[in-house]
Amino acid sequence: MSEVTTTPAQPSFTAKDLVTDQDVRWCPGCGDYSILKQAQTVIPELGIPRENIVFISGIGCSSRFPYYMETYGMHSIHGRAAAFASGLKATRPELSVWMISGDGDSLSIGGNHFIHLLRRNFNINLLLFNNEIYGLTKGQYSPTSEEGKVTKSTPFGSIDHPFNPAALALGADGTFIARSMDRDPVHLKDILRRANAHQGTSFVEIYQNCNVFNDGAFEIFTDKETKKLETLFVENGKPLVFGANNDKGVKLDGFKPVIVNLAEGHSANDLWIHDETDRVKAGILSRFFDNPKKGGDHFPRPFGVFYTEQRACYEDGLNAQIAAALAQKGEGDLDKLLKGRDVWEIH
Amino acid sequence: MEHTTDTLERVIIKFAGDSGDGMQLTGTQFTNTAALFGNDISTFPDFPAEIRAPQGTLAGVSGYQLHFGSTNIYSPGDKCDVLVVMNAAALKANLRQLKPGGTIIANTEGFDSKNLRLANIAETDHPLENGSLDKFRVIKIDVTKMTRAALTDSGLGVKEIDRSKNMFVLGFLYWMYNRSLDNSIRFLEEKFSKKPDILNANIKILKAGYSYGDTTETIMTRYVVNPAKMIPGVYRNMMGNQATALGLIAAAKKSGLQLFFGTYPITPASDILHELAKYKNFGVRTFQAEDEIAAIASVIGASFGGALGVTASSGPGIALKGEAMGLAVMLELPVVIINVQRGGPSTGLPTKTEQSDLMQALYGRNGEAPMPVIAASSPADCFETVFEATRLAIEFMTPVLFLSDGYIANGAEPWRFPKSADLKEINVKFATEKNGEKYLPYKRDEKLSRPWAIPGTKGLEHRIGGIEKQHETGNISYDSENHEFMVHMRENKVEGIANHIPLQTIDTGTEKGKLLILGWGSTYGAIKTAVLEARAAGYDVSHAHVRYLKPFPKNLGEVLYNFEHVLIPEMNNGQLVKVIRDKYMIPAIAYNKIQGLPFNAGEIREKIESILGK
Repeated sequence: MSEVTTTPAQPSFTAKDLVTDQDVRWCPGCGDYSILKQAQTVIPELGIPRENIVFISGIGCSSRFPYYMETYGMHSIHGRAAAFASGLKATRPELSVWMISGDGDSLSIGGNHFIHLLRRNFNINLLLFNNEIYGLTKGQYSPTSEEGKVTKSTPFGSIDHPFNPAALALGADGTFIARSMDRDPVHLKDILRRANAHQGTSFVEIYQNCNVFNDGAFEIFTDKETKKLETLFVENGKPLVFGANNDKGVKLDGFKPVIVNLAEGHSANDLWIHDETDRVKAGILSRFFDNPKKGGDHFPRPFGVFYTEQRACYEDGLNAQIAAALAQKGEGDLDKLLKGRDVWEIH
Repeated sequence: MEHTTDTLERVIIKFAGDSGDGMQLTGTQFTNTAALFGNDISTFPDFPAEIRAPQGTLAGVSGYQLHFGSTNIYSPGDKCDVLVVMNAAALKANLRQLKPGGTIIANTEGFDSKNLRLANIAETDHPLENGSLDKFRVIKIDVTKMTRAALTDSGLGVKEIDRSKNMFVLGFLYWMYNRSLDNSIRFLEEKFSKKPDILNANIKILKAGYSYGDTTETIMTRYVVNPAKMIPGVYRNMMGNQATALGLIAAAKKSGLQLFFGTYPITPASDILHELAKYKNFGVRTFQAEDEIAAIASVIGASFGGALGVTASSGPGIALKGEAMGLAVMLELPVVIINVQRGGPSTGLPTKTEQSDLMQALYGRNGEAPMPVIAASSPADCFETVFEATRLAIEFMTPVLFLSDGYIANGAEPWRFPKSADLKEINVKFATEKNGEKYLPYKRDEKLSRPWAIPGTKGLEHRIGGIEKQHETGNISYDSENHEFMVHMRENKVEGIANHIPLQTIDTGTEKGKLLILGWGSTYGAIKTAVLEARAAGYDVSHAHVRYLKPFPKNLGEVLYNFEHVLIPEMNNGQLVKVIRDKYMIPAIAYNKIQGLPFNAGEIREKIESILGK
């Protein structure tokens, strides 16, 4: 791990200072409340002056987020938050820019901007609240809803194949890809800190329960009973272990992942050791995407940082070009520019 | 060879050939040389949308018209005096543009049986031999053959040799019009500095073309076109997109803001990006976004951060930007949106000009989304107009739409460039202090403009967005009365700009009279030429040209009411005319041309005569 974890300076403000005077209008019980609270808890620790923080969102329930954060903020238009954030970061690289989006906002109407943000690698934290449903428009299926999903717009079940956001982000050459959930505050806070520390676009998919239109979508991952078997919390340098008593593991048979029972003679030393910098393995991990509701043999759903790499940020490249031009040609002289090269005089 | 010399006041040359024949370059070179010599000029490049349309066909004909003279020139002119044709298709496509008695310079090799077939001309109808061109003077030159002969020992392949044949034509025309080769030689030296054999070949052919004129008996007369008597000063040649780019850089300098230009490539606007991308040492940040929507969104993001955000596109791209433009209206952030108009609707005529996006500019957004609209009238005028667009955007905290079009974007004219010290100041005041107990992002000043508090400013943290907002606080508000109040507020702010822009003036003619021609945008040159000619012939006609289309200058109504008739020529199906009729309740006469081509002065002159009688 080459990344530096920010050492919290003496916070100049507290979580309370991040609360705005606006009433929070999410439905009671919405997973967004937890995400807001974790963000408000983590941000004061990061050592960033509050006035240098900007939250930019698109449209959707999650995109109301900036109104509830006492920082600079913009509630933009549907799907385009990535582009607003890119323009801001290209001109004000010193700002801490956080993008708030949802599965419809970033993976449907804003899919194009999502992939381009990742490949350009602006140093932006992208929090994608995935609730697998359209909440603000009252309950249509989303690009992450599972096949067969019955919603208002799909009374006979959805025939759309869903996106796998982590795999999509990897395919777009994202440099930081992580997953967390609203109902695990400790894990979510940790991932937010990691996302902020990463230089580049930090993509964090957050499973978020919509208790009105898609209640329980992630219950199998959050419920105490099922969580142990259905989730796999990955940590860098540690073996892939899960199960009720940490008695199951994943090992690699060539490129083929296999679930093994540690009680049956397999030792932790045989297991797949998570390496955040291994793109190939991250690809395999991102494909642990079985729908557990279908039952049968399947992989647990991974949470944590799948992949991270250091790659130049767009804004750094842009600034370097400007600095090089200034060093080479000096600061532009407007009168020279207006005059050009070939002139003639009329007397 | 002894030649006689005639002096001419003005000449129109049209260079036409296959799109691979280098006619744009030939035309540009002659233009630059004429401009440096001191002629007034106006140009009109006319090329196909396809990068390489089938060779030799009518679809592949690329043209470049140049009007130069010793008097003031306001348009590229109507019919040409000299038509240079590199092949049969070029002749067929352009012959009707040649004046009776005009000169055709034809590359005979471009009239072989293959070229005739490609141009759909029967071999029995060979235009250079069937007498159909008798009313013109035809100079036949086998350019290809002579170019190849001159370069047999150059070591270059036939393909490369043939590529320099446009230089022969250029050299020949330089001889015909008594021009020096120096400017073009210098250009070639820079262009081919790393390819000495190509450089030598081109210079050799340029000189060969010149000598051909000197030694052959083809033409007995050479022509002199003296420098024009223009307003004293230092001039340079300027194209519209280039002027737009320079205007933006100047505005950034004068305002002290960082220029952020986010755009997506589209014809005919892309050259603004190409130009701006060069000037990194002016701190210009260009961003080629993934699409039109991202382009404007990035610009609004940059503007939120305190940069001068500018995007450019053409009609189809502007359509895609509509929603974000509405957001910019709501956010009340300074953004300049450039539309270099082209023929529409849909993909339309990408390389042809039109003025058909005025309604889109004024009304093309959901909801009541007023935005200042301002249009340039000539290539060099793009500089001043986009500078003004920027000033309005910053001083009134509003997106501003700047209209150009394909004709002026690619056209060129002499420009008496300003000194930076003479440019208007653009005042930027970032908010640094609270303007109430809490910071009120929508508390307005006397111009109804809101404060610009940028991230990084301690104590002024605030949120803005596209949902209707409460007066002053900017908080989300669904209150019905507040909504109506805010709709009026935004409209009043934009209309109030009328108090801060110049009054409408008469460009040519008198303040009262029988007929006023009201123009906007790139029709300026054709209207001005026609009105000058008509007035000289005794017609009571005047010309006013509107730069500010939203809001109109305060006195525009009075200007119009002083005339019996108002004629509005537009390269669309009647757009400004509808706005004028609606706002001033006058029976303005529409005159429309929707052919992807600019007006001729002659067409406007005829219209004047038909309204006022011969």
